[in-house]
Amino acid sequence: MSAMDLHGRARVFGDNINTDYIIASTRKRETLDESVLKRYLMEAVDPAFAATVQPGDLLVAGRNFGCGSAMEIAATVILAAGIRAVLARTFARTFYRNAINNGLLPIECDTSAIREGDPLRIAFAGDGMEVTDERTGERAAGRAVPPIMLAILEAGGLVPYIRRHGGIR
Amino acid sequence: MKTISEKILSAKSGRDARAGDIVVCRVDWVLATDASSPMAIDYFNRMGGERLFDPSRVLLAMDHYSPPTIPRTAGFHDQMRTFARGRGADLHDVGDGISFQILSESGAALPGDLVIGADSHTVTCGALNLFATGVGSSDVAAAMITGRTWLKVPESIKIVLTGTRRPRVSAKDVALALVADIGADGASYQALEFHGPALPGLSLEDRLVICNMAVEMDAKASIFPVDGQTEAYLAGRAKRPFSPIEADASAAYSRDVAIDLSSLTPRIALPHAPDNVVPIERAVGTPIHMVFIGTCTGGRVPDIHEAIAVLEAGGGRIAPGVQLVVTPASREVQLRLLEDGSLRALAAMGAVITTPGCGACCGTSGAIPADGMNVLSTANRNFKARMGNANAAIYLASPAACAAAALTGRITDPR
Ligand code: SF4
Repeated sequence: MSAMDLHGRARVFGDNINTDYIIASTRKRETLDESVLKRYLMEAVDPAFAATVQPGDLLVAGRNFGCGSAMEIAATVILAAGIRAVLARTFARTFYRNAINNGLLPIECDTSAIREGDPLRIAFAGDGMEVTDERTGERAAGRAVPPIMLAILEAGGLVPYIRRHGGIR
Repeated sequence: MKTISEKILSAKSGRDARAGDIVVCRVDWVLATDASSPMAIDYFNRMGGERLFDPSRVLLAMDHYSPPTIPRTAGFHDQMRTFARGRGADLHDVGDGISFQILSESGAALPGDLVIGADSHTVTCGALNLFATGVGSSDVAAAMITGRTWLKVPESIKIVLTGTRRPRVSAKDVALALVADIGADGASYQALEFHGPALPGLSLEDRLVICNMAVEMDAKASIFPVDGQTEAYLAGRAKRPFSPIEADASAAYSRDVAIDLSSLTPRIALPHAPDNVVPIERAVGTPIHMVFIGTCTGGRVPDIHEAIAVLEAGGGRIAPGVQLVVTPASREVQLRLLEDGSLRALAAMGAVITTPGCGACCGTSGAIPADGMNVLSTANRNFKARMGNANAAIYLASPAACAAAALTGRITDPR
């Protein structure tokens, strides 16, 4: 799984970031093209944010990331912005599932010490992940991912998984 | 010794399913909306999908953009029509109502069933003693093809309701009190299961309101047992015989939460979070510019009757400067309100009555508040910008409290 190891800059948000904040329903009404929608990523909480995102950045949040609507575009817009993983204290379950199904890595770990801009390294170990904050040297263990989710992630998302297995096993 | 969730997921997976297990289940009903179908159709095609596993079990509803206000959303609808026509899906066009409301009225989804829907409020259907959960478009696409989904069997929180509600205390107040008690993520990965001597006093519609807001606690499902209220609702609707699913007396729960309805008073959620709940007295006097009675939480027949009772008792004059917007949750609701004169009464008072569906709930169709406006709504979410304007503030309360504010132009205790 080491091909999935990641290195990037922390972009930090707080608790209860709902999917409407990730991408507003009114934006999604205009288009489903993520390359356009990514310009409005996190618009309701920080209108200046989207313009500062660089590919490889890592989203970091507190509790209940992705709560609210189950809209899957919230996960795919994050990916379209070049962000490959979200670290949060906890995730809302629909967002967690949608992330995995699209190959966006959700890492449930203690994020309380991570500051905006910290360089983070994410390494896979067994069915879990380890996050290192290179500013502080602190390490946090990510919660284990259930085997079926790991299989979907390894396939690259639910589309390639279904194509490969012809169903859900 | 099992909870209702464990029993349903055991039956659907053919395994002895316990909390924490991951099981692959047969699904009975698969729902998608105009907000989730376009992506679901795209995933369906990319997965190599051709036919639906069972077209009569795939329900597609045009509810979020009903009617369309821009060519783009009209195009989403056309895409759904083409997809459904070619494959025989159960398509509900503009004006039929909210996806899981249509399913819960249909008599097709019955106790013991498993429902997945690409809409987080699919959990609402759990009022009918079934396991219903929200997923994204990709999971729905996979289920449309395979008739299956994988689920982690949730632990359950036992909610024990006691006591009798006082007048002008609504199911919505029960839901808001629960959200406040459990918190925005307090039921994460868990199901709510309802128990207690107060249940016979809660109509099926009351239960739909309470189950609806379970997702505001991040619950995966929210389930009531079957009793006389369930049977009364399903009489004349149920399309086949059904057997109730009961929890075993010694089933294991992650915790118990007790609410005494006799001491409950009207609540209100302040901007911008549904768990930002206070007793309504704390907000009395706040100016209100728009009142919205509708959505999958507060847009059913009893909700609108409750609002009309308060409006009529207060003289039936909407305060100057207040816009009252009423949106039935479904065509069945609209027809019943037309037949009993409710919509006529509301129109005569000056209400704006819109197409059944989601209406103004998430800013995609219907009335949008102006900058600086305060909205009092029967909906379930009041996130900033939820109704399409980040410079408006949304408060959530019962239909009675919404009606009381329509009369005064201020947040008002409905008692
Ligand atoms: S009424 Fe609102 S909360 Fe309910 S399904 Fe529609 S948009 Fe979602």
